[in-house]
Amino acid sequence: MSIEREPEPSSPPTAPSTQMAAMPLHAPAIVNFVAAAEPVAQNGPPSPIRQFLSKRGNGALADSTFAAVMLVCALSIFAIVLFILTILIARSRLSLAQFGFGFFTRSAWDPVSGDFGALPFIFGTLATSLMALAMAVPLALGVAVFLSELCPARLRAPISFLTELLAAIPSVVYGLWAFFVLVPIMRDQLGPWLYKVLGWTGFFEGYNFGVGLLTASIILAIMILPIISSITRDIMQAVPVSQREAVLALGATRWEMIRTGVLRNARIGIVGAVILGLGRALGETMAVTMVIGNHPDISKSLFAPANTLASVIAGEFSEATSDMYISALIEIGLALFLVTIVVNAIARALVWAVTRGAPARSI
Amino acid sequence: MSANPTPIAAPGGNGPLRTPTNYRTRAMRLNSARRYGMNHLVTGLAVLSTVLVIVPLVAILGYLIFKGASSLNLAFFTHIPAPVGETGGGMANAMLGSGIILALASSMGIPVGIAAGVYLAEYGRGKMLAMAVRFTADVLNGIPSIVMGLAAYSLIVMRQMHFSAFSGGVALAIMMVPTITRTTEEMLMTVPHAIREAALGLGVPKWRTVVSVSLRTASPGIITGCMLAFARVAGETAPLLFTAFGNQFWSFKLNEPIAALPLQIYVYAISPYDEWHRLAWAGALVLILMIMVSVSLVRIYAARGILKGAS
Repeated sequence: MSIEREPEPSSPPTAPSTQMAAMPLHAPAIVNFVAAAEPVAQNGPPSPIRQFLSKRGNGALADSTFAAVMLVCALSIFAIVLFILTILIARSRLSLAQFGFGFFTRSAWDPVSGDFGALPFIFGTLATSLMALAMAVPLALGVAVFLSELCPARLRAPISFLTELLAAIPSVVYGLWAFFVLVPIMRDQLGPWLYKVLGWTGFFEGYNFGVGLLTASIILAIMILPIISSITRDIMQAVPVSQREAVLALGATRWEMIRTGVLRNARIGIVGAVILGLGRALGETMAVTMVIGNHPDISKSLFAPANTLASVIAGEFSEATSDMYISALIEIGLALFLVTIVVNAIARALVWAVTRGAPARSI
Repeated sequence: MSANPTPIAAPGGNGPLRTPTNYRTRAMRLNSARRYGMNHLVTGLAVLSTVLVIVPLVAILGYLIFKGASSLNLAFFTHIPAPVGETGGGMANAMLGSGIILALASSMGIPVGIAAGVYLAEYGRGKMLAMAVRFTADVLNGIPSIVMGLAAYSLIVMRQMHFSAFSGGVALAIMMVPTITRTTEEMLMTVPHAIREAALGLGVPKWRTVVSVSLRTASPGIITGCMLAFARVAGETAPLLFTAFGNQFWSFKLNEPIAALPLQIYVYAISPYDEWHRLAWAGALVLILMIMVSVSLVRIYAARGILKGAS
């Protein structure tokens, strides 16, 4: 608007206080203004107080400039999303033109001959994320039910503090722990045990290095658990107490109250929380890169090393030499961007449907 | 609810009165037992899953702290990395680099984030546009950090043809904006309308009301929100992999590759040297402590209801 035309009204930092001090002098004017009700104010000249205020540079111009700056900053959030989208499309043009949509259905990944397809990474991403969800969701629901319905008041604050803390620990730190603690456990104890007990299913074939799909899924599950449980807890607490009281008054046990009064009312939001966890799992990069084994394979065995969309970018981008290689990796990033936008939009819409009116959360 | 209700004498004296409340068939007792059994079972499962989650997570946290504390020493904060094969050395350059990148990111991300939050809370209430901005901010919050790194790479590094601290700062700034916007909005919403109206009633223009009354009242919450966003991007590695890139030596220039703490942790963790592993654990502890402090500050402010005094 008028940002460049009009400099900010020159008000020194002490302006409010001087202005306040000036007020009592004009007290009669205020009385006049109040007394002279609307008809006079419309016909006659502006009241003295109006004139005084506009002389002080407090007119509509400063206000509208400020409002415009705030609006521009708010709109910049749209701009960021559009900018990421356009720049990723522009930089992956080479690979988009070469492979077209077939990029996502081909399993070739051969940087030397310049032949690229993203199927192994899509497989790796889906396999690790879904396994992580399968491990994390039941536990997260249990934790949320406990925290919101059963927990003694004294325990609630420390446990929810702990979950928030764990949700904030950086991915690379989880990766460090997984790399030095989880991988040896997988290799020496859990892996052989799984092979002995469930080897007949065929999901635990091949040599067990300790790194691979299963290890990545476990660390992902650990990382998304605090997120899912804390959002689910918020959603369950958004269910009105009167619902719970009504069900209890009909003679229900506590579980029946939770099932019919809370879970049934909150189910849409809980689905949203789970999808939000899925979105986090799809894009999780560092911890997965460190323990998944980084190999573009599609294998039935959960011990097999694999790669996800995010981890292939993290692992290979700095080594990518040819333009086509870089372009293919950026196209993978573009796919990741679009998928996570869709997943997050669905999840947010579902969560909002339940917690509308409740305060926003940043996680 | 007991299985053997005490019979109540009927007024006529013809034995116990058989009403639905004290007369229970076998089927009713079974049903009741099933319902209460189910209740106990589910309660037990919920407690069990909480224990199953909390215990390993606390163990992870404890292990990280233990491992980090035994690796941390003064040299970690004062020295740059030693050459391979030599013991000692630290991550002083990485901490400085993280500081530079984060200062850059904050100087870009915090003003925009706060301004957008001000728009949502003060100007956009009930408007469709504000709903759309809020929704986009939430969605942007969930976009993987590595995509931000790719965008900053495509925009800056590809054009300049070299890695730089500046591009890392841009990637992190983009990540800070949505978080800060939402916290600012949330905090401004808790400022009572009455004090805004009081300011407006004194003839204070709206922009000054926002700056001197709303923002000032909500400032403790907004500052801690910024700290939380800061701590979260401080631990981000993925967006820096191919923007800041890392550096084994001191670097002060914004258009050169620069070291960063999380990046160094990653590189050292996957290296084959024990000494580097030690440094990685120490670095992880420093990151965790920073996050612990900011999360607990936010928690304290939220629990105390900082804004209650204002109303």
